[in-house]
Amino acid sequence: MSRLFRITVTLGGLLSIWAFITWVTELPKFILPSPLLVFYKIIERYDTIAEHAATTAIEILLGLAIGISLGILSALTISTHRQVKQWVMPVLIASQAIPVFAIAPLLVLWLDYGITSKVVMATLIIYFPVTVNFLDGLNRTAPAWMDMATLMQQQRRSFRLMKTYRIYRFVRVPFALPALASGIRIATAVAPIGAVVGEWVGSSSGLGYLMLHSNGRMQTDLLFAALLTLTLMSISLFYLVDFLLRIAIKWHADQTY
Amino acid sequence: MVVDDTTSVASQATRHILPQQVAGDTDATLPEPIGVQINLANISYNDQIILENIKLNLEPGKTTCLLGPSGVGKTSILKTIAGFLALSPASSIETSDGDPLQGRISYMDQSDLLLPWASSLDNVLISARLKGERPDFDKANQLLDQVGLQDKKQAIPAELSGGMKQRVALARTLMDDSPLVLVDEPFSALDAITRHRLQGLFAKMLHNRTVLMITHDPMEALRIGHHIFVLSGNPVLLSPDLKMTGAVPRDPASETLRQRYELILSMLGMTRDDR
Repeated sequence: MSRLFRITVTLGGLLSIWAFITWVTELPKFILPSPLLVFYKIIERYDTIAEHAATTAIEILLGLAIGISLGILSALTISTHRQVKQWVMPVLIASQAIPVFAIAPLLVLWLDYGITSKVVMATLIIYFPVTVNFLDGLNRTAPAWMDMATLMQQQRRSFRLMKTYRIYRFVRVPFALPALASGIRIATAVAPIGAVVGEWVGSSSGLGYLMLHSNGRMQTDLLFAALLTLTLMSISLFYLVDFLLRIAIKWHADQTY
Repeated sequence: MVVDDTTSVASQATRHILPQQVAGDTDATLPEPIGVQINLANISYNDQIILENIKLNLEPGKTTCLLGPSGVGKTSILKTIAGFLALSPASSIETSDGDPLQGRISYMDQSDLLLPWASSLDNVLISARLKGERPDFDKANQLLDQVGLQDKKQAIPAELSGGMKQRVALARTLMDDSPLVLVDEPFSALDAITRHRLQGLFAKMLHNRTVLMITHDPMEALRIGHHIFVLSGNPVLLSPDLKMTGAVPRDPASETLRQRYELILSMLGMTRDDR
């Protein structure tokens, strides 16, 4: 309850400042429209905004699903195969050193204007935080625990693969879940960047496209309406994911956002 | 309210685990305790030899305590026996039945090493799960009863006190019925009263098992050890075997224990000026 109250106060405060600035400065509405104007625009162009928001939402969700899955698989592979790490990590880091803006035109060129290039873009920036955080978590299993687990497993003959599987299944992966959750939180926060950057560079649909489009036609109120929608979408998504993660990892007393 | 280690729980646990009952309950599954002869020429840490000529003889079914100040290399000895540190040349570890020791060891750490997401019951069953065996719920339940946690079986570690967590850890250690149990300062993080109670429980639960326990607390060794070895001096030397008599846990107030305590303190380097 108090959290909802805080969010309302923050949001209301920001909107008031915004309204105050437009009222005092009397800027033309194609420079800075008032919040009320933007609100009217959202109602007026509801169907357009919803259509473009759906495209962006699908891109973000697909990017998250693919990026997180790939991140988890990579972290598990690197963690179980020590030698893979030395080969893969430099590539991973290099992939992050290149700004996503720089490769966005290329991706659009190769993968066309459709949804694919945006999903790939989102996947690219989601993948890294998930992999690195989960890998850190997997590698941080207490050495004493590993020793004890080794002694337990020595009591019975079994295939090494099965032993490795069981120790990941029952010990290492659960221990690493809070770290994975951190990675997923970061990923959720940055996922919209990937999608929208892709839409900016070249697309025919999506909130990024709508913003660029309305900006070019001096429809600043529509631009703000799209921006507001994107912000609300991102924030809701983050809190939803955060909520789900908290339920999934109840045993880990975590700070609340 | 935390009901850890209240007298009722302790007495209930005691009622469950009178030695003869333990023997009667577990005779069928408990393997014959083995003796272990440990002869370590040297132990090195970071390429530096920290201990030389360690000869320990673990009597079958008895608790042997290895006593020494912090940082002397006690844990390295334990790790060498467990097989995590390479055995130096001219060293040997032999068992009384001639079979290798590997796969017959259980380990209890000074931190409880409980899985924070799992209930007491699941923590006790983790060994079976890691081995791919069918979990023996009856036995796990019975052990949790014996350590006095009958109403905390579904609690996760965060809901347990420090003493309760070590009780779960003790039950988990006993699940495997290993011929050799290695214990590393199991009670060092507990308060005095809880530690005292747990030592009593520990001595009863590990009755008739071969145990090597590391500790820096002389009174702990005197209460529950059948054999005590002291590591002290510079260079570090291992004392001869101090044999203890009488049933464990012993009364810390008795005259014999007081004399032994003085002896051990002087072996650890305590002088008249320190008093």
